[in-house]
Amino acid sequence: MTTRAVTPYRSPVTAPRESFWHLVHAEWTKFRTVRGWVIAALVTILAITAFAFLAGSISGGCTAVSGASAAASTAACPVQPTGPGGEPVQDAFYFVHRQLTGNGTITAQLTSLTGQVDVGPGSNGQPQTAPGLQPWSKAGIIIKENTAQGSAYAAMMATGSNGVRMQWDYVNDTPGLPGSVSVSAPRWLRLVRDGDTVTGYDSADGAHWMPVGTVTLPGLTTTVKAGLFTAAPGTDAATVTGVFQHIGLSWPATGWTATNVGGTGPNGVGQPGTLSQSGGALTVTGGSGDIAPAAGISVQRALLGTFFGLVPLIVVSAMFMTGEYRRGLIRVSLTAAPRRGRLLAAKAVVIGAVGFVAGLVAATLALAVATPIVRRTGIPVWPASPLTEARMVAGTGALLALAGVLALAIGTIVRRSAPAIAAVIVVIFVPYLLAFGPLSGGHGRAGGGGGGWALQVTPVAAMAAQQALPKFYQVTAVYRVSDGYYPLPGWAGLAVECAWAAAALALAFYLLRRRDA
Amino acid sequence: MSLAARVSPSPHPVVQALHAEWTKLRTVAGPAWLLAGIIALTVTVGAAAASAAQCSSAACGIDPAKVSFTGIYPGQAVVAVAGVLAIGNEYSTGMIKLSLTAMPRRLTWLFAKTAVLTAPVLIASALAVAGSALAGRLILPGHGFTPAHGYASLTAGTDIRAAAGTVVYLTLITLLSLGIATAVRDSAAAIGLVLGLLYLFPILAAVISDATISRRLQQIGPMSAGLDVQATIGVNSLPLTPWQGLGVVALWTAAALLLGALVLKSRDA
Repeated sequence: MTTRAVTPYRSPVTAPRESFWHLVHAEWTKFRTVRGWVIAALVTILAITAFAFLAGSISGGCTAVSGASAAASTAACPVQPTGPGGEPVQDAFYFVHRQLTGNGTITAQLTSLTGQVDVGPGSNGQPQTAPGLQPWSKAGIIIKENTAQGSAYAAMMATGSNGVRMQWDYVNDTPGLPGSVSVSAPRWLRLVRDGDTVTGYDSADGAHWMPVGTVTLPGLTTTVKAGLFTAAPGTDAATVTGVFQHIGLSWPATGWTATNVGGTGPNGVGQPGTLSQSGGALTVTGGSGDIAPAAGISVQRALLGTFFGLVPLIVVSAMFMTGEYRRGLIRVSLTAAPRRGRLLAAKAVVIGAVGFVAGLVAATLALAVATPIVRRTGIPVWPASPLTEARMVAGTGALLALAGVLALAIGTIVRRSAPAIAAVIVVIFVPYLLAFGPLSGGHGRAGGGGGGWALQVTPVAAMAAQQALPKFYQVTAVYRVSDGYYPLPGWAGLAVECAWAAAALALAFYLLRRRDA
Repeated sequence: MSLAARVSPSPHPVVQALHAEWTKLRTVAGPAWLLAGIIALTVTVGAAAASAAQCSSAACGIDPAKVSFTGIYPGQAVVAVAGVLAIGNEYSTGMIKLSLTAMPRRLTWLFAKTAVLTAPVLIASALAVAGSALAGRLILPGHGFTPAHGYASLTAGTDIRAAAGTVVYLTLITLLSLGIATAVRDSAAAIGLVLGLLYLFPILAAVISDATISRRLQQIGPMSAGLDVQATIGVNSLPLTPWQGLGVVALWTAAALLLGALVLKSRDA
């Protein structure tokens, strides 16, 4: 008897090319066919969108004048002036001016800058003042379109402790000569108006002039006001006094008109200013007020549901890997794709894409929902340019994508759902909470102590990509996390989260290749 | 017959269930690591927070007890993992079928599970809190928390209440997690729900900016309400009194355990 050699069976199906995109496609199929995971991704979008409806929940204590159904219990908001760029501004100061038609130059020597600052209530409960200056107390020369609040201007000034500055149109500031003003160290200031451009100069001796800046005030009217001003940021009792000498105007004009821009009261000066002349010197004393950007809110409030969206996304992203271990599917997956790093990369691509798209959709919907809600609050809204809104939307997508990749990587390292998910949630949520935590005294300060550093080194730093509110160093203000200010710029925040995700992915890659499945 | 002889002097079924669950708990490595993790994470973060705290004036408004117990923020997540895994592991490994075959009275089984987990978590929490308090006592006086700034004593009645309350809080969070895990029967979903419940209320309360809604959220949320028990300064301006706050956590825990028990009793395992 002879035995016939049996040819082993060979499948007629040709082996698929081992392409990375096939692997991505396989992983995408795994993702989209698990109903719970798809639902969780939708919950991420829904949660972020739903919380956009809460964007208007702010206790401002007043209602917008335009709101017909304004509750009787709340007062109407004082009308906040807006600057040339539509931004909410403070514009309250003592202005001693003359009319200027066409081009012209104004020069003045400032020989003294003094003032009163509030030192808290005295024994009789009344606010007490003491001689002193705020860092941004200011006096100088200004060219301003008119005396209405919010009109365009450019100014050269000496400040309490920030030297000579040129400021224009509320949000812009550039430094000139350093040091403080005294009789022995006076400051010469000059503004030259040419059409709609204004150039500022400063000088220590009135002979050698240095240009500080040339700025354009678009659409500046032919006839403007030019003159001297003082402004004292701080409480109502604060004042600033500037002594001006050698005032030179290039056009014929006589007499000074004094105006308290903004009047007195809310959004105006704390007390009317005074003007006295002796010899060639003009002493200008102005009450509290400032020419500066004002506090406000922004459409950034639309995205306050981001943390709610992160939870389901983190759960799903971790399970995308831990689920493989729990069901033993990992052995099938690694048999099909023996190059383990590529399996992890394919999963990261899929989960990153899911997170990014979920973030894009959610942020777009949330901004659409919240924009009218935020405007109805009656609280001044900082304008966000289309570019800023695009950055917020893309930033939310990137933030969610990176959180997903981080969770996937931690899931690969830990191989168990609950510890992996807990670790990722803790590392993102707890630093944020600590910013409001015991150390901050409950204020949520973004800079310096009070947990500010935690928002710079943990993945939650990426929340900064959603920030639409600008920070201004030329205003003394407390920038709180709860108001939407983050210590890092948006791109740096995303880079921090990216570094976390990359580090976790590298460790996951190493362990996945090294360990038995 | 010899088998029957061995089984016959059977103790009360509850004792049997307790013994069985205790054996399960002590013979795997996971729980021991988690308990060690509770202590290590809580004390480390608490000591780091105490080192970072600085009180430069009499009205700095920083609560030394809350600073010492900052480690609870991440520490409670480990506690939650322990609670979730106690039930989640039964379902993920299929052990639940065996457990319920051996102990068909499901509520007895759940009770045993709860009791057996509570005891070690309580001990670990007490050690974590004691370690944090000790670290705070050693570190804080050097950072301006002195009698001159109004911090007379760190062993006053309020400090004892803060410490004891924190231990109770951590224990309640374990039970809350265990209840939720029993209800949803999946570790991943359960831990997401528990940590979402804990962390999202205070985050929303912080960013909502409407004082009324914010205060209400702080009263409802288990973490913000529960940690009121740690307050040793400004107690009168808290959204809830310290013990009321702990009561809110107890209500959440009771609701979660009740839901878990109902689901366990009514559904197929």
